[in-house]
Amino acid sequence: MNRVSLEALLTDPASSAAPGGLRELLPPLTQHEALTESARCLMCYDAPCTHACPTHIDIPRFIKKISTGNLLGSARTILTANLLGATCARVCPVQELCEGACVLGSEHKPIAIGRLQRYAMDHIYGKRIAIFQPAKPTGKKVAVVGAGPAGLTCAGELAKLGHTVTLYEKRDLGGGLSTYGIIVLREPVEVALAEVQMVQRLGVRLETGKEVGVNIDAADLQKDFDAVFVSVGLGNTPQLGIPGEEYILDGLQYIEGSKHQPSQLRVGRNVIVIGAGNTAIDCATIARRLGAERVTMVYRRTENEMTAYPHEYDFVKHEGVTFWFLAQPIKVHHENGLVHALECVRISLAEPDASGRPSPKPIPGSTMLLPADQIVKAIGQHKPTLASLLNLQTESGFIQVDEEFETSCPGIFAGGDCIRARGSASTVMAVEDGKLAARSIHQRLVQNG
Amino acid sequence: MADLSINFAGIRSPNPFWLASAPPANSGAQVHRAFEAGWGGAVWKTIGAPVLNVSNRYGAWHHGSQKMLAINNVELISDRPLEINLREIAEVKRAWPDRAVLVSAMVESKPETWHDIIHRIQDTGADGIELNYGCPHGMSERGMGSAVGQVPEYCEQITRWVMEVAKIPVIVKLTPNISDIVMPARAAVAAGANAISLINTLNSIIGVDLDTLEISPNIGGRGGHGGYAGPAVKPIALNMLAALGRDSVVHGSGLPISGMGGITTWRDAAEFLLLGASSLQVCTAVMHYGFRIIEDLCDGLSNWMDEKGFPSIGDVVSKSLYRVSDFKDFDLSFKAVARIDQEKCIRCDLCYVACNDTAHQCIDLIDAQGNVVQPRSYSERDNGKAEAISTRPKVVVREDDCVGCRLCYNVCPVDNCIQMVELPPDQPSVTWDEISRTQRPVTESWSEMEHYRQKHNIHIH
Repeated sequence: MNRVSLEALLTDPASSAAPGGLRELLPPLTQHEALTESARCLMCYDAPCTHACPTHIDIPRFIKKISTGNLLGSARTILTANLLGATCARVCPVQELCEGACVLGSEHKPIAIGRLQRYAMDHIYGKRIAIFQPAKPTGKKVAVVGAGPAGLTCAGELAKLGHTVTLYEKRDLGGGLSTYGIIVLREPVEVALAEVQMVQRLGVRLETGKEVGVNIDAADLQKDFDAVFVSVGLGNTPQLGIPGEEYILDGLQYIEGSKHQPSQLRVGRNVIVIGAGNTAIDCATIARRLGAERVTMVYRRTENEMTAYPHEYDFVKHEGVTFWFLAQPIKVHHENGLVHALECVRISLAEPDASGRPSPKPIPGSTMLLPADQIVKAIGQHKPTLASLLNLQTESGFIQVDEEFETSCPGIFAGGDCIRARGSASTVMAVEDGKLAARSIHQRLVQNG
Repeated sequence: MADLSINFAGIRSPNPFWLASAPPANSGAQVHRAFEAGWGGAVWKTIGAPVLNVSNRYGAWHHGSQKMLAINNVELISDRPLEINLREIAEVKRAWPDRAVLVSAMVESKPETWHDIIHRIQDTGADGIELNYGCPHGMSERGMGSAVGQVPEYCEQITRWVMEVAKIPVIVKLTPNISDIVMPARAAVAAGANAISLINTLNSIIGVDLDTLEISPNIGGRGGHGGYAGPAVKPIALNMLAALGRDSVVHGSGLPISGMGGITTWRDAAEFLLLGASSLQVCTAVMHYGFRIIEDLCDGLSNWMDEKGFPSIGDVVSKSLYRVSDFKDFDLSFKAVARIDQEKCIRCDLCYVACNDTAHQCIDLIDAQGNVVQPRSYSERDNGKAEAISTRPKVVVREDDCVGCRLCYNVCPVDNCIQMVELPPDQPSVTWDEISRTQRPVTESWSEMEHYRQKHNIHIH
């Protein structure tokens, strides 16, 4: 897909090459809006928004800087705590984090922290201002495996400190889920790629098309580098294990298609999305926006248990998406290679399972047929496979790390979704992992002389 | 419903609100529209000596998203020909017999020019004259305006010339650009003026443009001091108004005072009345929002007077004046401490940082277990709104250490969240004046002061 320049896109979202319905949902704040909104910030002391932010950006500080017209200082404040401030400004579930903790939220409207952050970020990316310069070279070499948010952050932070960083990425583009898995409505691809370039400008060498175990030898990594950071994210969508599953589309691939080849993405008229997490919501949204007349989300539990955030649930309902709760797919009905229905069994919720949520129990003899001409599944991702290749210990399938983000193998650190055994995976958590891991790696490299 | 009408030194007006002598009262058409909107009177923009104006004329001070907390100007007196002004004044007065039409005047400091302008104003049928001794820019360089107002002898002399021929009430308008506002007011009293008005604008430079490094507003690469007015000057005006009310000569003369300086809402108006003004003049608020603001000025004031049981403006005037006092007469034993309503508190911690950094370090952060904790005592791995909200400590005043400075009360963004609670005094009522009269050494020696404190159990925090 052709891309417009970032400058043009940030000034005028309508210049995006993405189909109209997929363009970034929220327009940039105007200068007047940014000044008015920033003036509303009370500038809390030891602010709860900063506490709630996983990267602990000094939010009152960056907002006050916007109000005084010090956009450069504002951007520096943000990026010092969170190198991927432009992505996080767009994709963070701010309702659950900074804005959710805003003291004005109890009686008034919380400050639009995410949009103000985006305003400061757009200023420097739109003008191609470099905030950081790399320090004097230390001579230490670090390999980062996986150029998603955790890897980019770790690589960028280490490069700032003067280390020589090689960033391996198996895909053609860096950015991880920001580039491939976040719908354009929330973040244009150009923004994710601009952050990759920013990290490259810090001196990080990005090698794409490189995958450990395929064209990089795991043993070489440990031999050639002083430290390794593994940030490979998670794998493909798991199997449901039902007949006709080969006719079900993978949710992440569905989203990737909408981002990179929207003209070739076939969207059905009557689409079923299986699952009720963030990715499922995004799949349903793009299906609606690319012309599906009817989109139904099928979930075996209810709105009380689903992993999508309340604001996402509200959003997608406004998009015209309907929900079929307490239904578990058991078979895809198809004919001549075309899907025509999803057979489900009704569910009743029983005592909590390992996830702490009520366990779904099929009600015998309660099957039903939901018509559909396209079925997409977004039911989580496989655990990382790299762990076994590197002989790393795991915890419920995720790579196990200690407080310093070091794995069971000394010198190999890990962060991002691939270690997220507890808590929900998110971009901002991955950024924080990358930042803290870089700190640990730096201390180790400095200690080792 | 409260009676808002006034009789100010013989000038009658259906409500106490007059347009101040300024751009809003520059022409007959404007004053007509103001009267249609409900204004009780207007003081015509100063007429007198010939002038030429410049652009840009007005600067403004904004804060946050609040525009025009103050305006400053280098506009001179009316640049419209005298004849046109006089004709329009006469027309307006004929059309609006029930409204107060006053004319502000400023001419060269000669008896014959003052006599001439007073005669010509009186020929229009106007209700009163205001002598502009306040304009701080331009006119003062020519020996008029504040050049007169800053020298009480000049005020008195010129006012005497005016009073020689005046047949309608004469108001002397004072400049605030002076050390003691009482002096020119006494001069006005001595010269036999019928009333006083204050304040005119303050000397000011509104700012410097950080792009061009020019003075703002820019006048061909130059800029200078201009007259400062608007909401930001109200406290200065209230103080000067009260100073006149407390002066035995000025107050004893019985001259009414027309108050102005930042009146924007009926609340401001009520405060001016309470401190002794019996007519009110408005400029900046009208320049910001137009003549229509008169509706709520009257409506709000009337409703407040009804609620308070004040039947007429006269019942409000000076009601709070007796409370204005010198420090030496304050009760040193009066005790107030801050108390935070935990139900209303939104945990912004602005009171905490203000008290801790700049006041008396008597607000603590208390966690759920009741322990005093330090700011940012959370782990860097903690995040999320639930965590941030649920672990946020309470802000609690240590009342024993609170000196009652009231800083926390002032910075708190929530209405009625912090109350200054009056506590029973620890010692009998006493003032500094009483101590200096009865125990003079205490006021002159730190060791005597120490004894005094110990005796009366006064702790310094």
